[in-house]
Amino acid sequence: MFPSQPVIKVEHLSKLYRLGQVSTGSISHDLNRWWAHVRGKQDPYLTIGEPNRVGKGSSDYVWALKDIDFEVQQGDILGIIGKNGAGKSTLLKLLSRTTSPTQGSIKVKGRIASLLEVGTGFHPELTGRENIYLNGAILGMTQTEIKRKFDQIVDFAGVERYIDTPVKRYSSGMYVRLAFAVAAHLESEILVIDEVLAVGDLEFQKKCMGKMGDVANKEGKTILFVSHNMQAIQKMCNKGLLLKNGLLSSQGSMEKIIQQYLSDASPNQANVKIENGQSKEMMPGYATDVQIIDEHQQLIPEIPVGKLWSVKVRYQINTSLESFVFAIGISTELDVAIRTVFTEPHKIGPGQYEAVLSYTDIMLSSGKYNIAIGLSNYEKTFAYYPDVACVWISDISDVRDEKIVKTKATGLIINPLNIYVTKIS
Amino acid sequence: MNTKKEEQWDLIIKPRTPLFNLELQEIWKYRDLLLLMVKRDLTTVYKQTILGPLWFVLQPILTTLIFTLIFGEIAGLPTGEIPAVLFYLSGLIIWNYFSETLLSTSKTFTENAAIFSKVYFPRLIMPLAKVISGLLKFFIQLALFLIVLAYFIFLKGLDISLNGSFLILPFLLLLMAGLALGAGILLSALTTKYRDLIFLINFGVQLMMYATPVIIPLSDVPPRYQWFMTINPMTPVIETFRYIFLGTGTMDVSGLLYSFAFTTILLFVGIIVFNKVEKSFIDTV
Repeated sequence: MFPSQPVIKVEHLSKLYRLGQVSTGSISHDLNRWWAHVRGKQDPYLTIGEPNRVGKGSSDYVWALKDIDFEVQQGDILGIIGKNGAGKSTLLKLLSRTTSPTQGSIKVKGRIASLLEVGTGFHPELTGRENIYLNGAILGMTQTEIKRKFDQIVDFAGVERYIDTPVKRYSSGMYVRLAFAVAAHLESEILVIDEVLAVGDLEFQKKCMGKMGDVANKEGKTILFVSHNMQAIQKMCNKGLLLKNGLLSSQGSMEKIIQQYLSDASPNQANVKIENGQSKEMMPGYATDVQIIDEHQQLIPEIPVGKLWSVKVRYQINTSLESFVFAIGISTELDVAIRTVFTEPHKIGPGQYEAVLSYTDIMLSSGKYNIAIGLSNYEKTFAYYPDVACVWISDISDVRDEKIVKTKATGLIINPLNIYVTKIS
Repeated sequence: MNTKKEEQWDLIIKPRTPLFNLELQEIWKYRDLLLLMVKRDLTTVYKQTILGPLWFVLQPILTTLIFTLIFGEIAGLPTGEIPAVLFYLSGLIIWNYFSETLLSTSKTFTENAAIFSKVYFPRLIMPLAKVISGLLKFFIQLALFLIVLAYFIFLKGLDISLNGSFLILPFLLLLMAGLALGAGILLSALTTKYRDLIFLINFGVQLMMYATPVIIPLSDVPPRYQWFMTINPMTPVIETFRYIFLGTGTMDVSGLLYSFAFTTILLFVGIIVFNKVEKSFIDTV
């Protein structure tokens, strides 16, 4: 390996947004604002509900990013993660030069191309061929570069037959494939990607991921990647950057960063308090707490794959019920129901109760699962909480169990299933 | 390895850039994009129309015919000693270029907000592409004008002595393009904040035509009102254009100098404001 050298160096990068002067786009508004100011009233157009994270209520200024320092080495695939409003998009905007920083600097070696949304700059009236050239040029390629890559692009997108048809007649899938193909074949040394892999069908997504990996590993390009899709990030990135409220929380290897991100989310994720509102005393009963716990009764926000976990639910019953049933459902992130478990109908009196769902036989593969709970009497549900909590089963496993052969890409359930092969003739 | 010299960076993104930053190098780097944008502007306008590029010449022909009928025949407005058709056509092709380019460049930010918020390239590419595609369209219309002129000279015996003044034509076109670009980018920068301006520009440009000698020659305007036309920097351009090809009107050097000064200042201010808005407009849309 050649000694890696930084291709991006970010120093003290900050971006300030001013809330009080959010442009409202018309002279009448400005006059109105001025008039309100003269009378000593509050700005009538001040955006309300802005996540004012620094100095709440006391300042019109919000640091979307504050004092960010990091370096990216050549060939790195850097994943940038963080909650909504952590400053990921702002960072990408600064990197792709669509807005300028308030303080600090970004130093870049080589060309930087951003692929923030697939199909940016496509013109519906132009043919696929014309759009490849136009889009490539928008992303910073010269005509000769595009000409050289043209066949590869068309081939990757799989649109040979329609290349001289206006893209407005393309199916949305073809459109996206072509757009991604152009971007993936950019001749820039640094690629900035924002959630683009969330498009197209699954097969194409896989192809894209593979392409991205190739681009970084074989061509030595540097990729900056923003996504909420932890699986994609974990698969692709080797380095990570965790942003929190506009501050750089930590950086390092992607695995470490993801673990930190997950543990940051722990208090609410593994221990959910349910708000039932004013009318809860009128209800026959209601749930109060949901906890995800491990075999030692400890809260566990992120479950190593293969490890046992349980759901503990506390609920309050206000009146005597004749045929009470408590139910817990588990579904995948895509709302595919996996299992709903019911208690036997039973008599129940007022009081506080605790129900624990435990199991030993099923092993779910890594991913996010949603928990729903329901309380009913005589098959009539009086309290139902969809997606009340979620269970995160991580790829990282501390279970040394030969029963778990493969934890990825083998389906939802990873219990051992055997195939017996016998020669019959 | 042992050289400890300052590292070489290709690009440094910093908060402040100089006030007047043309970024000519950047624009040169993106010249292919400029070219493709020009091509896009020209080819997409008349896609799925039957007459296609014929519209480039049909527009001025039809407008000229209407003007000749209404202003020349019905209202009986004077056009000097030259045929009304030539008079209106010459004024119209110049004015059309100016008004269309001004209108399209003034929408630079509002129309391209989506793409500007995603990708970086020198923003001036967009208005420049409009200026250039407009010029190509103008040349087609100029050819039409020359054909009509030739028809009048050879078949109608119109006596026009072409002199050396046509050498000034490139300068005229530069003025015309510069004025449209300067005003367009200045307005486009202002419309990001004040959307009201969009409506103002649309009919403002229509009204402005009456402050040019497109319909009435400057010499036929009562002296009391002449200032109204002469402060318009497009007036010397149209007058001189007619002087070059039709031998009428005036070739007023001071007027041209006025236009030149006006264009220079307008472009200068336009680029400053445009650059300033370009840096932060994504935060304010």
